[in-house]
Order: sequence, then structure tokens, then C-alpha cells
Amino acid sequence: MTELPNLNYIKEIAGGNEEFEKKFLAIIQSEFPKEKSDYLKYLEDGALEESAKVVHKIKHKFGILGLTEGYKTAVQYEEDLKGGNTVLMEEFSGILSAVEDFILKIT
Amino acid sequence: MKCIVVDDECSARAIVTELCKNSPELQIIAEFPNAVEALKYLNQHSVDVIFLDIHMPFLTGIDFIQTLKNPPKVVFTTSDKDFAIAAYEYEFIVDYLVKPITPERFRKTLVKLKNAYQPVTANGDLGTEEGDGEDNLYINIDRRLIKLHLGEVLIVEAKGDYIEIKTTTTTYRVHATLKKIKEKLPESRFMQIHRSYIINFKKIIDIQDNSVLIERSVIPISRSHRPNLIQRLNLL
Repeated sequence: MTELPNLNYIKEIAGGNEEFEKKFLAIIQSEFPKEKSDYLKYLEDGALEESAKVVHKIKHKFGILGLTEGYKTAVQYEEDLKGGNTVLMEEFSGILSAVEDFILKIT
Repeated sequence: MKCIVVDDECSARAIVTELCKNSPELQIIAEFPNAVEALKYLNQHSVDVIFLDIHMPFLTGIDFIQTLKNPPKVVFTTSDKDFAIAAYEYEFIVDYLVKPITPERFRKTLVKLKNAYQPVTANGDLGTEEGDGEDNLYINIDRRLIKLHLGEVLIVEAKGDYIEIKTTTTTYRVHATLKKIKEKLPESRFMQIHRSYIINFKKIIDIQDNSVLIERSVIPISRSHRPNLIQRLNLL
């Protein structure tokens, strides 16, 4: 995967408001791990419909972090999961890991 | 404009709130992580605008707006493009924003809201006769003009020279024709599904073969009206 997460969108929304930027990143840092863990749990339980619901939320995070291609993958994966198809699971996991690494590094 | 944000994602609420902060016309007065809490709030407070997510636990955004008796302006904020057409069936829905929302796109929403917004008048009435007329219908019963809230009307049935209007609480018998009342009812909410029946489309519980279930009434669908009904459904 060549696409890397970035903070361009968050900075655009913040418009120089550093306090918002900090607060928002803290929200992402607390929200994303919970969503990832929910997704993995549902997947493990075979509850694909439920995992699709979480992917729906995660894809928003991909968009926020500037992952245009990652967002498209998540859109397709969400649809696939609803139909019981997990072909994109590995690709999606790769994007999840990239996001996780990124948000762990930012302060 | 007093606004609330309803979204189960904290990050999504934060973005909408921040975007509103840059627009002096919009004032966020409350945020809710689900529609049930928002409903409780709206029972006691009036707002001008709701920024509303669609996919939420307990109650979806679409279900939520159907429970509102006097809905304020609604802007959908969602990651799902699939509901856009269905959303515009409701006259109070001003815009449909797909996440992540950009400041540029949000500015367009602001323009739409300004155009759509009619402030509450001094005596507390919500507006013009035209606006009032869209939500209500007066029927003449024993020389009394009774005001019906159209959101509460379930079914209208032709009965000879009369029609029966069934609401959530009462059934009224009125001297009128189905054709005449059809002209008075908004197409966004009502449709004829049989030569003797007009239904409130929003109140359908289910559809089976050639009948629809509305509350506890089973209403026949005629062959000629069926395609029109099917066309208006948000079918999966």
C-alpha cells in the first residue's frame, strides 16, 4: 500500500485552531482502537452484518485521514460483508494497521 | 439558527460542531450520540436545524425523522450515499452531506439553510398560511371546521358520497370525494393505491402481494396503482 494517512483534512477543518486539532486527534485516538476491536470481534464471531456496520464508521476515519483509496476499499468491503464476502479482508487489515501506526505516532 | 447534532461518532459530531463555529448564523446548542436522546430533548426544546446521521444504533436517522411531529430543518450527514433520493421525499430535509464533510461543501449547506429558514414569528406561530396549509387540513363536520394534522392521517377511504379519514386516534366521515381530497394532500406523503383508497405512504408497515398494512388495517392495492407504489419504495 503506497497511500499514507495525513492530517490535511483535519488541518483544513481546524483552520489554524490548534486547540480543536488537538482535541480532535484525541477523539480519533480513542475512537479508532475501539472500532477496530469491535470489527475484529464481530469478524471472529462470524457476525459479518455487524462487522459491516463498524466498517461503515471506520471508512469515515479513512476519509478524515486522507486515505482516498483506502476509503474506496472500505466502501466496497462494507458492501461485500453485507453479502457475506470477505475477499477484501486482508487489504482492509493493511489499511487498519497503517492508520493505527499513524495515530499512535501523532501527539 | 439553533442547531443540534445527532451522530453516534464523536469525531463526526466534532467536525460538524467546528464547521458551525465558523458560521455565525449557526449555533450548536446540543449534541447527541443517538436519536433516542435527541427525541427526549426535542420533546422539551425547539430547534431550527438538526444535523443528523443515518446509521445509528437503536433508531436510524430515517426512522427518527418519521417520529417528528413538527420537524425542523434537517441536514443529513452520512457516509452512505444510498439514501439521498429517499431523503428528499421529505420537504424539511434541506441537504444531504456525505462524510467526510469539506468546509467548501458545508458553505453550500449554509446557503441552503439560510434560504429555507423561516424564523418563528413573535406570537410563536410557525409561519405562513401556506406553510400551515401544507401540514394541516381542515374538514367540515357538523358545521365545525376540524383541523387535522396530516402526519396523523393514515388512510382515506371512499364510501359513496362520503369519505372516511382514518387518523391515529379517530375516524372522520366527511361529505367529499376521494378525488377532491387527493388534490389537497401532499404527494410527498400520500398516494392512491386503489380506486377507493389513499394512504399515507410514510405509515406503511409492510406490503404483501396485493395489499399494504397500515397500523392494523389491510388495504388492497389495485393492479393499475401497484407499479407507482413499487416505484416509490426504497427497495433493496
